[in-house]
Amino acid sequence: MGRFLLAVLRRDLTLAARRRGDWLIAQFFFVMVASLFPLGVGPEPNMLARIGPGVLWVAATLASLLSLSRLFSDDHHDGSLEHMVLSPEPTVLLVLGKSLAHWLIYGIPLLLIAPVLGIQFNLSWEAIFILEISLLLGTPILSLLGGVGAALTLGLRGGGVLLTLLILPLYIPALIFGAGAVDGVVAGTGAQAHLSLLGAFLVLSLMIAPWIAAAALRVSLE
Amino acid sequence: MNLYTFSSPVNFYQLSGKLIPWFMGGAVVLGLLGLYIGFFVAPTDFQQSEAYRIIFIHVPAAWMGMFIYLVMAFWGAIGLAFNTRMSFMMARALAPTGALFTFVALWTGALWGKPMWGAWWVWDARLTSTLILLFLYIGIMALWSSIDDVKRGDRAGALLTLIGAINVPIIYFSVQWWNTLHQGASISLTKAPSMAATMLVGMLVMAFAAWFYSIAVAFIRVRGIILERERQTEWVKTILEND
Repeated sequence: MGRFLLAVLRRDLTLAARRRGDWLIAQFFFVMVASLFPLGVGPEPNMLARIGPGVLWVAATLASLLSLSRLFSDDHHDGSLEHMVLSPEPTVLLVLGKSLAHWLIYGIPLLLIAPVLGIQFNLSWEAIFILEISLLLGTPILSLLGGVGAALTLGLRGGGVLLTLLILPLYIPALIFGAGAVDGVVAGTGAQAHLSLLGAFLVLSLMIAPWIAAAALRVSLE
Repeated sequence: MNLYTFSSPVNFYQLSGKLIPWFMGGAVVLGLLGLYIGFFVAPTDFQQSEAYRIIFIHVPAAWMGMFIYLVMAFWGAIGLAFNTRMSFMMARALAPTGALFTFVALWTGALWGKPMWGAWWVWDARLTSTLILLFLYIGIMALWSSIDDVKRGDRAGALLTLIGAINVPIIYFSVQWWNTLHQGASISLTKAPSMAATMLVGMLVMAFAAWFYSIAVAFIRVRGIILERERQTEWVKTILEND
């Protein structure tokens, strides 16, 4: 079981390492969306610090959607996905491995870029620290729930836009708790409650999402 | 008589054909009665004057919007577990009505909010979670409409309905983090209702009217779906020739 998970993980990471341009797009998208907001609402530092946590979190959810539509589709095109689903190994582990790989490819670079954007939005060091923790807890949720959407929309016309429509409502709790944690620091009420709820949501997603995504994958491949 | 006979499309088609006039008639009678009570019998509220009368449509619509989603999730789960064809058809037939009621709840709420709160829309917990419920309905219907294969569409929609149903309570509690302007529920099972008896009666009659209407239109819609999916069978051909 563990070996299968590792094999899926290693395969996806190798593929990503050979096509660097693909996953960098999501990171540039994250930076650009976040940079558009000061241009749109004005450069006043206090206001930027006020809207910064929410803007960065919304940009992170959108960036995750951008890369999620490719989660299964490349393997689906060359037929290897069907073989992996038909193999005796549990499909749940396949989905879990792919979601984990997606998070490593998309979430970790996001964590590295976020502090720079935090500085641009005039956030204090403490707020940036909490932003990092909230993204660390929250981005895996996006990858897990997004796996369900990617499996449901596999091979459909307009799959990318449809994925957005299906998955964004499910992202809302992560967005509220994640941005709320940083807001709590900015407003001086503390971040712990939000971070605990975000952690609880992560555990729940980890428990439920891979199973539903595996079922959805089997439905889509039938 | 065995109730399971109605899980076969041909039997259900005939049963629903007989029941639709009763439910539709019941919806019209109860709707007229409820509106009469609501607009002519119920007293004027001492705080909100006449504007409160929107609840006779607003509250039943909000109830139905939430309840139909749960019924859809129920039919989706049954269909996934037992592979019954009628369950998926019921789920598909219910979704537009649920979305319609959710939209009506939001719309009437906005009409009420303007005179009462001075704003068409506020980002409070109930409004936001109702809006998200509407998004979920739209997402499910969009998924159905973009999958041509019937079997895949049924199952994919059911899975999405289920994960949405798990998420709805979480979404509700997460949006409660904002200060809530919406008044608390006026009806609870444990304490006496905080409204006049005639208001309550009017609202409940309207709620039953909404139920009857939903059942009637869901049956009409499900009959269309049955005919479409069973078009290669003999009984559908006989029905279509006789009509």
